[in-house]
Amino acid sequence: MEAIARATAEQFAGLEMEAAAQEFSSVVEAHRPQIFRFLLASTRDVDLAETLTQECFLKAYRNWDRFRGDSSAMTWLMRIAINLEKDHWRNRRMQFWRHTRTNSVDLAEASEWLPSGERSVEQQMMAREQVAHVWRAVEGLSARQRTVFLLRYVEDQDLSEIAQATGLSEGTVKAHLSRALVKVRAELRGK
Amino acid sequence: MMRLGKGSMDEGNELEAGLEQTLKDFRSSVHAWSDAEYSRPRETANMARPMSWRVAAGWALGCVLAAGSLGGGLYERHHRQELAKIAAAAEAASQQKLEAEQRAVKESDDLLAKVDNDVSRQVPQAMEPLAQLMAEDDAQ
Repeated sequence: MEAIARATAEQFAGLEMEAAAQEFSSVVEAHRPQIFRFLLASTRDVDLAETLTQECFLKAYRNWDRFRGDSSAMTWLMRIAINLEKDHWRNRRMQFWRHTRTNSVDLAEASEWLPSGERSVEQQMMAREQVAHVWRAVEGLSARQRTVFLLRYVEDQDLSEIAQATGLSEGTVKAHLSRALVKVRAELRGK
Repeated sequence: MMRLGKGSMDEGNELEAGLEQTLKDFRSSVHAWSDAEYSRPRETANMARPMSWRVAAGWALGCVLAAGSLGGGLYERHHRQELAKIAAAAEAASQQKLEAEQRAVKESDDLLAKVDNDVSRQVPQAMEPLAQLMAEDDAQ
């Protein structure tokens, strides 16, 4: 009787694990592009963004059983991604070759990706120029301002989502966003 | 005055139309770039080939440079040895020449001294007693 109960428990445990793995793989499928996009915009480095995205999902997989669902899976994953990025720059700061060349894509190259839409060539060029100005402004933002700005204007998240992902209060998020916008405006005006 | 996207952010931070459009363009460009990079096939196998080719080329170039510098060094050493041999031979020849000259000078001096001695010894018969006296004075 005991053996049957143990076998059944093991079977259930196996089924549970399988279900969790399936659930996790669906989360990966749904959110991987968004995490990659955020990290790409933050670092402007394709290889680094890919590496950090993989690390993010590896960390998430290891801690998947601890995810209680207080926030959405996306917010939870974004928080891991933000921390990984922070750790990456902190570790890099400790290295003596921190000023050496990185694989970051050039600002002009990054702004070349603007879809043409129904604009004239001149309008497209102007729009690209403006986008390059935004990239330049983003480069000059502090790490927190940049994270908040990208989550708001690239990932289209609202203040509460950003606050949950960054671990900041909504008021602080608002303040960072406001300062970031001031800098973007100044860059666009050529100041 | 317009508001951006889903956000209609209740932070009361309305954006002017120009900035809103620019931020939308920025968003579109990041999305397009990310989508392109995300769906780009990864060429790990192809990446390995140029790397191995580069490594092989690097090794070959390194070997050529090492062989060149080694050969150059050996040639230079051989050349210096040859020069040293020539210089030593020239030195020996000049030494021999100097010795021969010195020997010739000495022989000539000896001959002159002998002749001088012989000539100086031949005094007239009548002066012989005086010469003997001078020789005795010299001896004393």
